[in-house]
Amino acid sequence: MGMRILGFIAVFVTGALLTYGVADFPKWGDPHSPANAGEVSTYFIQNTKADTHVPNIVTAVLADYRGYDTMFETVVIFIAGVAIMAILRVLATIPPGHQPVQYDPRKKIAYDPIISVTCRLIVPVIQLFALYVVAHGHHSPGGGFQGGVILGASFILIAITSNLRSALRRFSEKRFIFIACAGALIYSGFGLTTLLFGRNFLDYGVLSKIMFDTDEVMARSHSMLGVEIGVMLTVTAIMFAIYANLSSRGALRGGL
Amino acid sequence: MIWQFDIIILIFLVITAVISLRVRDLLSASMIFGVYSFLICLLWAEMGAVDVAFTEAAVGAGVSAVFLIATVFNTNRRSSD
Repeated sequence: MGMRILGFIAVFVTGALLTYGVADFPKWGDPHSPANAGEVSTYFIQNTKADTHVPNIVTAVLADYRGYDTMFETVVIFIAGVAIMAILRVLATIPPGHQPVQYDPRKKIAYDPIISVTCRLIVPVIQLFALYVVAHGHHSPGGGFQGGVILGASFILIAITSNLRSALRRFSEKRFIFIACAGALIYSGFGLTTLLFGRNFLDYGVLSKIMFDTDEVMARSHSMLGVEIGVMLTVTAIMFAIYANLSSRGALRGGL
Repeated sequence: MIWQFDIIILIFLVITAVISLRVRDLLSASMIFGVYSFLICLLWAEMGAVDVAFTEAAVGAGVSAVFLIATVFNTNRRSSD
């Protein structure tokens, strides 16, 4: 009981201090707040259009000005997926007597035809939308992370509505590990290519030399798309890998 | 930003946060956690941070709720504390 009172006091004091701190925040949408009027954000707002021809400043900042940051975000997702696979697939032991949720072809109770047919129809639409989100990230909200998650979710939907086995037939373990590595390598490959031309890491402008009919500005725009595709590949593969391992306790059999 | 709308969302945020912590059934806890993510997503969208809202809808409400549910099916459905 004493610990509960102490815990309540700690939570209450922290909450009160946080509420007190909120009073010092700048007003919502204040044009003179440090986040809006700082030197860096002023540069982004004024020069993004001229530097990259990308209307969506968020994408330009994410994939170009702060490309290094985004590259390691992709690596973080990659490592998270690899760690989950290592823990569940390699280190974990399934306790004796545990029965995984099994797919039994003789009993079709769990797999309602209405649900599976509806999802079979809707999965291509979801995947097309995911590709649109990635390709249109320059002009509208979206990009590699969101598109990759949506694309991964479409494979998860196949696994939920039919079974894990038929999802793994489309997207096998070998394939998703390969695609996850390929995505991270595409991103860092763009950086290494700029190094070969004697520029800074991920300074895409110089890639106009190996792209057809582009100047430095459009080369940056196109390279952003390439980088986003790398992010999408990694995120798609890792999302499905995490689901497949979590739902089957790393056995990649049975499952939901 | 419409402050009346904000207040409604924030009240529901607190309600869903408390429910998802207190409820014993882990499956409904993860579902309500998805609802919480959608409310946060609404809040981002309403404040004009559309990219963040999109990410929250895809990652927070979509995939992580599915991950939680997939994990719940492999453990006990009832919380012990």
